[in-house]
Amino acid sequence: MSPSAAATRPLDPPKDLPDSTAGIYHYDQVDRQFLRERVEQFRRQVDRRLSGELTEDEFKPLRLMNGLYLQLHAYMLRIAVPYGVLTSRQLSQLAHIARVYDKGFGHFTTRQNLQLNWIKLVDVPAILDLLAAVDLHAIQTSGNCIRNVTSDQFAGVADDEVVDPRHYAEVLRQWSTLHPEFTFLPRKFKIAITGSATDRAAVCIHDVGLLVKRDADGRVGFEVYVGGGLGRTPFIGKKLRDFLPEDELIAYLEAVLRVYNAYGRRDNIYKARIKILVHELGIDTFRQEVEAEYARMSPETYRLDAAIIDGIRARFASQPYEALPPVSGALGRARLEDHTFNRWVRTNVAAHRQPGYAIATITLKPAGGIPGDASADQMDAIATLADRYSFGELRVTHEQNLVLAHVRQDDLHALWKELSKIGFGEANSGLITDIIACPGLDYCALANARSIPLAQRISERFADLDRQHDIGELKIKISGCINACGHHHVGHIGILGVDKKGVEAYQLTLGGTAATEGAIGDILGPAMSADEALDAIEGVVGVYLERRQDGERFLDTLTRIGHTPFKDKVYAAH
Amino acid sequence: MARVTDAPKVVTANRLQDGAVVWLDRAGVWSTNVAEAEVHAEATGTEAALAVARASAARQEVVEPYAIDVVVTEGAAPQPVKVREQIRAAGPSIDAIPVGFAA
Ligand code: HEM
Ligand code: SF4
Repeated sequence: MSPSAAATRPLDPPKDLPDSTAGIYHYDQVDRQFLRERVEQFRRQVDRRLSGELTEDEFKPLRLMNGLYLQLHAYMLRIAVPYGVLTSRQLSQLAHIARVYDKGFGHFTTRQNLQLNWIKLVDVPAILDLLAAVDLHAIQTSGNCIRNVTSDQFAGVADDEVVDPRHYAEVLRQWSTLHPEFTFLPRKFKIAITGSATDRAAVCIHDVGLLVKRDADGRVGFEVYVGGGLGRTPFIGKKLRDFLPEDELIAYLEAVLRVYNAYGRRDNIYKARIKILVHELGIDTFRQEVEAEYARMSPETYRLDAAIIDGIRARFASQPYEALPPVSGALGRARLEDHTFNRWVRTNVAAHRQPGYAIATITLKPAGGIPGDASADQMDAIATLADRYSFGELRVTHEQNLVLAHVRQDDLHALWKELSKIGFGEANSGLITDIIACPGLDYCALANARSIPLAQRISERFADLDRQHDIGELKIKISGCINACGHHHVGHIGILGVDKKGVEAYQLTLGGTAATEGAIGDILGPAMSADEALDAIEGVVGVYLERRQDGERFLDTLTRIGHTPFKDKVYAAH
Repeated sequence: MARVTDAPKVVTANRLQDGAVVWLDRAGVWSTNVAEAEVHAEATGTEAALAVARASAARQEVVEPYAIDVVVTEGAAPQPVKVREQIRAAGPSIDAIPVGFAA
């Protein structure tokens, strides 16, 4: 399907900006002033904390509003990457901060954020200054507010995209930032938005999931899902509206949030998310409540004017693409001559809607590596590659990878060679070593078990690319506790770290998926040690390889033959 | 010969300024080295140490002090019993810098 004429209309990029061709929303002076004031406010709060004027109980909510957690060994700063889009200059600044104020690396997360694990409280105001200098911040990355909105990492460029979701993501960001009514919700609130038929943003597991689409007459609207979420009680979101007209987006979401604010449970943290409210009321009653609230509101006050969206759209640069033939001869030759590169193209390159261009995924998953981690040097190198090959722009994916969204097909081979030099040329996007893993017990104060070392061992065990490509699409997701930051519930193979009488243990689930429609995996059986979990995964993969029929992916075989053969294999020795 | 007592304890917290893991030593001073932690065999000793630690927290030097179980082996640092506390004492069990960079 072709994107709207409006979305592709070339617009003058904002002037006087070093990164004026990156597809980010360009701040104006008001935005910058706001950020500076926020940094100054937090600087004073940190001063008062360090001088002893504020107690931890008083300070904790303030630091959380600025994305600052206290973990096992240090403070952790969670930096927002709004809907996952970064400029190369921003990435270099993040590298600089990681080098000067952390231990020289950062961790990209499932919420498209960057986390720094070794931050000192005393340094945080200086870090926030450096972030503000490149229009970055850590607001809305913690606390019971509307969190940083996440989106499709291929937004604006995917060839299957119907509407560019970034413009609406930006509308949502502006609407939700410091919204007075929604700063103290019963619990955190996460919104994800996509504009493609293929859901790459996991909208089904968000408090509100939005699918931007067009009706038969070409008008933009939203399919609205509510009540998805992982954690202790996982739910797939339920459909609230099939087609919400564009201009009603804010009004309707206000109504949803008001119902949640009024009825969401504040007495029990485990029951406070909107998913529990939707589950307890039932989607029909919840919808009636929302519609009743909506009917009471003045539609004019909240109407999302087309002019606002046009204004926002104008603040996104469009890339000065070259006119190229749709298929590159140089790429074709390189694929024939270089088998390893060809594999990378197969797994890590996606179709771009601009002829002659492609989307390249940089998997931050080298064999035996830590999922989502990049050193400051690697970040700098990637920023340089983004300048050279992708108009100075990058995307962060919820699968803890990075994306160069506008690479000339002619340049793919050179790009891949450069990526290989920094250890990120692995041809494994979507394969068994493209693992999502949360920080787990190596860093996280809430963890029951370590996630990263198990991810590394799986990555090593399956490092052979022949084998990985033979196995095909298989997503492993690991969380170190039931909070499910590592999305284990929606892993094809999910791994949950549990505490078994003081010893780390791992519980496997099978059959989850965060793709369109989504599914929560089923628990395979009793928890096991890390060694046993590793063997169990080997066993599960073995059953799949033995039983698969032509063209079947792991999930297809699982659906066809059911869980029993896998369970029998894994628990046979017990 | 190894001497193992029944659930001896040390008192730990995170330092306010930088979040570093600290343990209370014999002089009632916070140390970043678990080997210097004072070990208490009896509840009375643990309680007294916790009182010192809470006073320190009230002076905003550390955050959330608490006592943990350790195993004591002669000639070695007290070894925390729980994996969580072992990782706090020793640091992450993984390399800090990601592998794969060949600059
Ligand atoms: C290390 C410090 C972290 C802490 C203290 C923390 C805390 C939490 C808590 C308490 C929850 C459950 C909330 C609820 O269900 O109400 C949660 C869920 C979640 N967190 Fe984290 N988290 C941390 C790191 C991360 C990281 C590294 C990521 C991304 C890789 C992440 C992304 C998420 C996601 C996606 C969920 C579950 C989805 C949902 O909201 O239902 N968190 N986290
Ligand atoms: S899933 Fe648990 S262990 Fe992992 S980061 Fe989230 S809270 Fe920490």
